[in-house]
Amino acid sequence: MKKLVILGAGTGGTLMARHLTRRLDRSAWSITVVDRDTDHYYQPGFLFIPFGLYERAQLVKDRSRFLPKGVEFTVAEVERIDAAANAVVLEDGRSLPYDMLIVATGAEIVPAELAGSAEGWRDTIFDFYTPEGSEALARALEVFPGGRLVVHIQEMPIKCPVVPIEFALLADWHFTRRRMRRDVEITFVTPLGGPFTRPIASRKFGGLFDERGIGVVGDFVTERVDAAARKLVCYDGREVPYDLLVTIPTNMGAGFVERSGLGDELRFIPVDAKTLQSKSHDNIFVIGDASDAPTAKAGSVVHFQAEILTENVLRAIEGKPLAPDLDGHANCFIATGFRKAILIDYNYDIEPLHGRFPIPVLGPLPMLKESRLNHLGKLAFRHMYWRWLLKGRPFPFVPDRLSMAGKKRPPSD
Amino acid sequence: MAQKTYAGVAVDVDAEGFMTNHAQWTREIAGAIAVEEGIVALTPDHWKVLAFMQQEAREKGTAPSIRKLSKAGVISTKELYTIFPGSPAKKAAKIAGLPKPVGCV
Repeated sequence: MKKLVILGAGTGGTLMARHLTRRLDRSAWSITVVDRDTDHYYQPGFLFIPFGLYERAQLVKDRSRFLPKGVEFTVAEVERIDAAANAVVLEDGRSLPYDMLIVATGAEIVPAELAGSAEGWRDTIFDFYTPEGSEALARALEVFPGGRLVVHIQEMPIKCPVVPIEFALLADWHFTRRRMRRDVEITFVTPLGGPFTRPIASRKFGGLFDERGIGVVGDFVTERVDAAARKLVCYDGREVPYDLLVTIPTNMGAGFVERSGLGDELRFIPVDAKTLQSKSHDNIFVIGDASDAPTAKAGSVVHFQAEILTENVLRAIEGKPLAPDLDGHANCFIATGFRKAILIDYNYDIEPLHGRFPIPVLGPLPMLKESRLNHLGKLAFRHMYWRWLLKGRPFPFVPDRLSMAGKKRPPSD
Repeated sequence: MAQKTYAGVAVDVDAEGFMTNHAQWTREIAGAIAVEEGIVALTPDHWKVLAFMQQEAREKGTAPSIRKLSKAGVISTKELYTIFPGSPAKKAAKIAGLPKPVGCV
């Protein structure tokens, strides 16, 4: 019996288990899935907890509910991958040999990378990338008397690069509803030149920030935070004071990736971006946030990756050449507050553009433009995630690879 | 394709002044770009950074991040900001004759 091992039972690991259960010859292959716990969180929901729009209990389900029958699910911490011996060593000492390995262990925040943050952590400095962090921030926002709210990105890449923008816009809405917007100064601090990584969308969000009175401080590479003086300090000497700091700390891959000697300087595993095969080992593939592929670290990307990766795992098993079909397709709804949202659809090469999605002209969803319908799409997505996406069902009209249908190319570029 | 003249040599550059043909790069050209970027003279520390960036770009296809430079022990981020003031990653890539570092997604 040959062994396929999947590390991680989040979006990517669950999807791969489902696809491969259907496609692999189960008389010849066993599938084992490993995760350190049993809680599968709908991570995009963390954004809404601080504003009291969602509660943690609404966002979590048992991982095993979404894994297909016939898959062995092991709850254990991974100590390391012994790639030379084709085995995963668990913290309890067990060893899981594999013929084919899929790493789907995602990315996590590492607050220790922000020097000085330990002092004010969850006192005046908060994250919302963890369930505990977003709950603590909800309590802090509840009693926030007004003052300087700073939304801060430490370092790219981060999971879901638009979520800090959403946070700033939702904060504007939150304080407007509470009739205290004029008492709150909102500033967005980023190491990038502007709010987003791609030019047209960055201009769109920059314009939106102007309209909503949100300040932007760009090219800010943070050296440290001074929690006692409540200020961020940039390597170039600039300082940004705050009363409440909402930071997106450095995102890194799982700790065992470094212990296994498989990661880059951020513990992400280098892969061929078109096939997701590890650059160092032919029988290791990486899906989702755990890889260094230059695309957004987000569930929608994982969904599009899963179908193509399934094809490539099967090809690798049969000794056939891999299909270099991945284009980095990403698609997401961006909450902008006031019951509106923006939709973007892009990939490695094509930046987010204006237009209609998924059907040209008819849409019904407008791209790179605020609308009520996109907001409803965003809310519906939480349910679609569990019932549709995690089951590996394709979305109607939305292909794995980006389609230019309905998109308006800018005239000059 | 735009061109610029550094140290008496015409080199191909993109809209933002980053060289597009690394084969044209020389130490003299690097010195001239550095002056344009406000660095009067390139010191051994500068050259150490530039050499590492070029080596990484040859091996990996892209220039290394600031984090990589400090993790590899080439230079601390603080020193990097001291010797390439402003935006060191962009400045050093330009002087090294490499493409503009890709902003992450």
